[in-house]
Amino acid sequence: MKLHNQSLIYLTLAFFVIIGVWSFVFYIDLKDEIRDSIDDGLDNNRLLLLQQIEKDSSLLQQTEFGGNNFSVKQISRKNALAQKDVLKDTMMYRLNEDDLEPVRILHTSFRQQDKYYHLKIISSLVEEDDLIEDAFYNILLLFIVLVVSTFIINNFLLKRLWNPFYDLLEQISRYKLDKDTHAIKSKTNTKEFLALQEAANKLLLHSKETYRAQKEFTENAAHELQTPLAVMANRLELLLESENLNALESKQIAEILQTLNRLNHLNKALLLLAKIENKQYNEQEKINITKLIEEVLKDFEDFIDYKNLQIKRQYTQDITLNLDKHLAFVLCSNLIKNALFHSHENAEIIIKSNNNKLSICNTANAKALDGSTIFNRFTKGGNQTKSTGIGLAVAKAICDYYGLQLSYTYLAKENQHCFEIS
Amino acid sequence: MKILIIEDEKDLQNALAEHFRKEKFVIEVADNYMQAHEKIGVYDYDCILLDIMLPGGSGLELLKYLKSLGKSDNVIVISAKNSLEDKLEGLSLGADDYLTKPFHIAELNARVKAVLRRNTFDGKNTISVNNLSLNIDDRILLVNEKEVHLNRKEFDILSYFLANQKRLVTKSTLAEHVWGDHIDQADNFDFIYYQIKNLRKKLSKANARIAIEAHYGVGYKLLPE
Repeated sequence: MKLHNQSLIYLTLAFFVIIGVWSFVFYIDLKDEIRDSIDDGLDNNRLLLLQQIEKDSSLLQQTEFGGNNFSVKQISRKNALAQKDVLKDTMMYRLNEDDLEPVRILHTSFRQQDKYYHLKIISSLVEEDDLIEDAFYNILLLFIVLVVSTFIINNFLLKRLWNPFYDLLEQISRYKLDKDTHAIKSKTNTKEFLALQEAANKLLLHSKETYRAQKEFTENAAHELQTPLAVMANRLELLLESENLNALESKQIAEILQTLNRLNHLNKALLLLAKIENKQYNEQEKINITKLIEEVLKDFEDFIDYKNLQIKRQYTQDITLNLDKHLAFVLCSNLIKNALFHSHENAEIIIKSNNNKLSICNTANAKALDGSTIFNRFTKGGNQTKSTGIGLAVAKAICDYYGLQLSYTYLAKENQHCFEIS
Repeated sequence: MKILIIEDEKDLQNALAEHFRKEKFVIEVADNYMQAHEKIGVYDYDCILLDIMLPGGSGLELLKYLKSLGKSDNVIVISAKNSLEDKLEGLSLGADDYLTKPFHIAELNARVKAVLRRNTFDGKNTISVNNLSLNIDDRILLVNEKEVHLNRKEFDILSYFLANQKRLVTKSTLAEHVWGDHIDQADNFDFIYYQIKNLRKKLSKANARIAIEAHYGVGYKLLPE
């Protein structure tokens, strides 16, 4: 979920709670305040009435509310003395509303010319349900306005605020340890983003250093091994020629030599990989890949005859790529060799070129290989214990170097393993 | 035939010297730049094996010096550096060949023989044994003056054997020579066996007086009959 939406959800929840609590408190406050002022008004009314009654005793005849907002009733002295000023909420029929409506009523008593009276004064109250309803709609509107404006602010303002972050993120995700040398930089003065930028740069620098050291190690190790390997192999080759060896001994030496030979190939391939990764191949020229494939096939024609392989060519176009001649050859020959050696006898190899893609497919006994690891170094097909498992890694490295796609697909129906360059 | 081995790695130097002495060559060695420089200036050699990285200087400098003396055409550079630039520079300085460490002695032997042939027989690049004559440049095999057709690999195998006569050539050496670099599959040994079987058939049919002797599990040896 996007940060915007997530913050929107949290804010919405917070708004809901805050506005809910606030409106509850506000409502109670408001009601108290209204009641207070009504009560004050009633009290004032009482004083005014008492003054009026002094002047106009006919008012004492008002025993029902009628059109006025008070009623007077004569009561006994005892009752009058017991009657304290009481303010109450009650319901009264209202003609215009044709319903019982809440009113505030003041019960009080007074003495007039030694007679005691019970005075009731009313004032209509705010209709609570209407108030709640009105308030609810207003609060709901406020809530919606808040959420919508938060959404808008999030999407336009905050997005702009977060721009440096997205910029940094984009730069980091596009960063290639082997290619990029510059530090990442975003135009921002925000402290947090500057800190992020600094931390990212520190991390990148460290990773680059590690990457370089690792590459250097591979290269140095492979390089320094060359001479000792040469000495070992040459000594063994000399030993093999000595007259005193019996058949078993020479066979054992030959086996050691074979192992040593594999080590040599491995070493050479690692060096080649290191060199590709170090970008030591800068010469580029236009290479006709389909033509080059044909040359490689010609190199292997004896082997193809020997295994009785059928090469099916389905070329619809010449594919021309810009790359180093030597690497182009290594790429083509590694792919062809891979197809040739993993085919069983009498099998078919299909080479296709169309839509700027070149694919080489071979049928083999093996089931689908793991596409995610097949291009890793030292991944071997099941029973190929004598292969170093580095040929495809080299091919992949060459493709990566020139920004080409090398992909593996398995066609279950035809039991075909396909490698495609595009 | 006199060969100078310029190589600072004593072990390798000894192995190479031992090998070429068996071939009845006269061997001289140089461990460092100064020693090599001195020997080159004073003596003539039929072939010089030159390491690029030497104590005291670069083998490429020696090659320049040799070129200035007009003696650079019989140099085989042997280097741990498998870089194309070095190779091109070496060859442009007149070196005859460039071999990357590690290499097979048989391979070096074949290259040395090739250098010697080119510089000894005025460029007539032919190996002759008994009634058999192999023209390397035109890739033609003549047995009793009659041409025997060989496919590419068979020709490569035979020429390799002829350069390494009477020596045991291991299967992996042979495979690498015939297949080039980056071969790391087991399959090709069966294929080598099959090629040699065909080659033997063709040779015996033409009554060639050589034999390819199999050493089980090891390799082959070519013997003139």
